Amino acid sequence: MRFRSPAKAAAPVPDSSLLLDAQDVSLERGERLILDRVSVQVRPAAVTVVIGPNGAGKTSLLRVLLGLWAPTRGRVRRRDGLRIGYMPQRLQIEPVLPLSVRRFLTLRQRAPAQELLAHLERVGVPHLLNKPVQSLSGGEMQRVLLARAMLNRPNLLVLDEPAQGVDIVGQGEVFRLIDGIRAETGCGVLMVSHDLHLVMANADAVICLNQHVCCTGRPEEVSRDPEYQRLFPAADVRGIGIYTHDHDHVHDLHGDVHQCSGGDGVGKGGRSR
Amino acid sequence: MIEGLLDDFLVRALLAGLMVALVAGPLGAFVVWRRMAYFGDTVAHSALLGVALGILLGLNLNLVVTLVCVAIAVLLVLLQRRQELASDTLLGILAHSALSLGIVAVAFIEGLRVDLMAYLFGDILAVGTGDLVAIALGGGIALLLLILLWRPLLALTVHEELAQVEGVPVLAVRLGLMLLIALVIAAAMQVVGVLLITALMIIPAASARRFATTPEQMAFLAALIGMLAVGAGLWGSFQYDTPTGPTIVVAAMLGFILIHLLPARLVPHFGRR
Repeated sequence: MRFRSPAKAAAPVPDSSLLLDAQDVSLERGERLILDRVSVQVRPAAVTVVIGPNGAGKTSLLRVLLGLWAPTRGRVRRRDGLRIGYMPQRLQIEPVLPLSVRRFLTLRQRAPAQELLAHLERVGVPHLLNKPVQSLSGGEMQRVLLARAMLNRPNLLVLDEPAQGVDIVGQGEVFRLIDGIRAETGCGVLMVSHDLHLVMANADAVICLNQHVCCTGRPEEVSRDPEYQRLFPAADVRGIGIYTHDHDHVHDLHGDVHQCSGGDGVGKGGRSR
Repeated sequence: MIEGLLDDFLVRALLAGLMVALVAGPLGAFVVWRRMAYFGDTVAHSALLGVALGILLGLNLNLVVTLVCVAIAVLLVLLQRRQELASDTLLGILAHSALSLGIVAVAFIEGLRVDLMAYLFGDILAVGTGDLVAIALGGGIALLLLILLWRPLLALTVHEELAQVEGVPVLAVRLGLMLLIALVIAAAMQVVGVLLITALMIIPAASARRFATTPEQMAFLAALIGMLAVGAGLWGSFQYDTPTGPTIVVAAMLGFILIHLLPARLVPHFGRR
């Protein structure tokens, strides 16, 4: 995972091993510039995380990478035969639509119940197969969405805020599952999050986005980058790691203890329906 | 024998009503799932414009009404994209403007007394054999289209982006839905009139929700309940000498109330929360 700053971007040589290769993508909606010459490369079997504050254009970038929106400038290359498993940010299904988990999983492609169960088992919720989707909790829904994304045997898993609506313990679980799936299937993972330390623990490459790419690299590099620390002033002292226990302090990368400043980060957007 | 039977205006009315209910019910399920009731109403109100236009141009009314409804539906979707006005404001403006425009346009037609009430509230007892053929044709095409579009439409209803990533041609399916709504409105106009068409779509579907455990069941039950309402309404209208279109809607409403008064133990457990 490398990033060329736009100024230095000499004619890029297409790398056929890349799952996704976005070069200098800009996006304008109306008069507003949402993405400014963003380059992203997603490698097989690697976890690539896009982080950034609210309104940084993370979801827009994902839409462009998924091919839902055409970029205003720049280009996105997808590897031939790329199968994307997509897990959207939120899924609210009207209560008036009678839909079981089984039916939801097979909306696009039919699959034998055995296979559905195996996928649900993998994410730890086989008992939900015949439940109405509206009865699921936030965490259960995320797991079902993950199972659904896996049904298509993707070589790229795209996740938009995968821990949205999940409590803090469940968030760690979701990320562990994603990491396990990556290890098992060798698929690439691209995810977007505003929650830093949770996602960065598992990341191979981090892209810090605020309309443009602020900084990029391995998690420990990014977390030391002044640009990153400027974007996430409350979070820079937290370091990287999965917190499944409560603390009134955190350990940074060097093991130093800092008081929590109670800012952005933990459990944000973690409201369950 | 059949021709003899069709000579009876009551038989023709019943057939027309049953055919319309057969397709209005399942389509109504989508209108309910996608929260399009007001949208459907607006398009239905614009059907009167189609009537005026058809009479002025001396063209087939069903055809012109269908075309005008499609045009209005597409226009609505485009206007809603701009998002300068809230959706319900926009629909409110267009629904009543279209209705008023239609009535004014009909008033301009010289030398021909148009029975406005028949278009507003339906005139099912006046259905002729030719009308019956038109309804069968329009309704048949709509039903076929609905069956063909069923799975992609459902995927779209659950989550549009997810469907798009999974390869559903979103724009085409949406246009198909517009065409469907227009066809059903044109067919239903004579049965219940432009003011009451939406009722024939959403009341049976909303009633069916109580029993349905799958989307298909809900659609099937909606068709059945709609057909029962048509039969009951026709009978009631004959019995009590009341206007037929509104009587059908009253019958549907009574059914809706009755179904929702049923004790919970008589209703399948699935889908209740």
